[in-house]
Amino acid sequence: MRQDTKMPTEASEFATAGTSPAEGAPGATISIRGLRHSYGELRTIERFDLKVEAHEVLGVVGPSGCGKSTLLELVSGLLEPEGGRVEVGGAGEPDARLARCAYMPQRDLLLPWFDAIDNAALALRNGGAGRSEARSEAWRLFERFGLGGFERARPAELSGGMRQRVAFLRTLLSGKPVLALDEPFASLDAITRAEMQGWLAGALGADPRTVVLVTHDVEEALYLSDRVVVLSPRPARVVAELRPPTPRPSDRDAAVTDPAFVAVREQALHALRGGPK
Amino acid sequence: MKRWGLPLLLVAILVGIWQVAATTGAIADALRLEDFLVPSPSEIASSLWENRSLLADNAWVTLKEVLLGFGCALVAGLSFAVALHLSETLRRAAYPLLVASQTIPIIVIAPILVVWFGYGIGPKLGIVALICFFPITVNTLDGLRSVDPDAIKMMRTLDASRRQIFIRVEAPTALPYVFSGAKIAVAVAVIGAVFGEWAGSSSGLGHLMLQDNAQLETARLFAAVVVLSAIAVALFGLLALAERRIVTWR
Repeated sequence: MRQDTKMPTEASEFATAGTSPAEGAPGATISIRGLRHSYGELRTIERFDLKVEAHEVLGVVGPSGCGKSTLLELVSGLLEPEGGRVEVGGAGEPDARLARCAYMPQRDLLLPWFDAIDNAALALRNGGAGRSEARSEAWRLFERFGLGGFERARPAELSGGMRQRVAFLRTLLSGKPVLALDEPFASLDAITRAEMQGWLAGALGADPRTVVLVTHDVEEALYLSDRVVVLSPRPARVVAELRPPTPRPSDRDAAVTDPAFVAVREQALHALRGGPK
Repeated sequence: MKRWGLPLLLVAILVGIWQVAATTGAIADALRLEDFLVPSPSEIASSLWENRSLLADNAWVTLKEVLLGFGCALVAGLSFAVALHLSETLRRAAYPLLVASQTIPIIVIAPILVVWFGYGIGPKLGIVALICFFPITVNTLDGLRSVDPDAIKMMRTLDASRRQIFIRVEAPTALPYVFSGAKIAVAVAVIGAVFGEWAGSSSGLGHLMLQDNAQLETARLFAAVVVLSAIAVALFGLLALAERRIVTWR
């Protein structure tokens, strides 16, 4: 396993000369009305309403098995809901949602037969770009996101944190206005996870998108999001909506110990446990 | 080369034991046979050397049958597996037939093919292809079906077409399985070639073995067996080498 590279965490550290086409991608709005879905006989989502503004980062927390991943797949166009309406950027057809959303699964799912840069450039290759053209575009981001020097490494040679970063680059390089992130840091140890949260905050600062971030970690949601919704156990409904005092603050350690932050976190945990509002 | 040390040592020991047992006549006595019917390794080795051009000519005939038959099975097997993978209906209809193809007794089919197609390479090619088809197809199909469904979701969200999903995810996932099937097939392909020659042939190692058996040329018979095994081992080794060069991620 190679040693991890130092991750840039400030938005300014992500800046380099020259722009990438993914920069300044227009965020799309998400509108969910009366969503209803089942998994076989089991009703997983019921009477679900949600709106996400363009360039807003929405955190979604909820108990295990409450349907958070299903929600992301429904938004991204990978699944069709049984009932209700999902619109991304005003369009409800599955193809339109699929075209506008990049779903990042829980596991990095890097293809072992491609090296890191070809994995990151997958969306570009699928879109018809030639291999060298796709690679040069991905190359710029590798340096920017602290992966410089590891472009030709195979996924098996990278640490868990680095694989997640490559997977996130892959998601970013798709150029989609909406990112649906499914517990992106769940498989990482606590230290790496904290570092990755700082890294993601910086990355989103440099390249804002509309983000729906699903996580079981309340603190993570409150640190990264503009707004956090708490879901009930299955069938999932929104039971609380909270705002952190400052989204994506640069000093993570100071921010999570700030009394205002702690108060909101308590509210969220309280809602998660099913207490009265 | 350390990899070859232990197997070669084991072979040397076994050959050594055989040599002693054969030259002292122990095996012949035990089986109550004439000495010349139980050749020692040294006798086989000298027969190998004396008959080297005869063995080489026949080996080439058999090798051609094996390579062509295996090649046909590879093309047919891969296409069939891909077709069954892409079409659920076709898979349900054809999979039982695929399994049945394996149960056709080669020994019975071979003479029938000779009656239909004569003494040429056709029937041997057919037998080899038939024997190789099943392992290649089943392993490839299993490989294609072992693809991680989440990887497919990931590709769909990255705008991949069906073709791109196949080329970038499904085919590479199946590749190690294809090599598994090919290695099994090539090991039994030689047997198929011999059966084909026994059914009706004027050349080849199988044909030579039949003649030697009838004429009690046991040393040369064993020499032919050694050459056949060498062919099978070499082909298997070539495939394993190709696998190591192509499947670089396992």
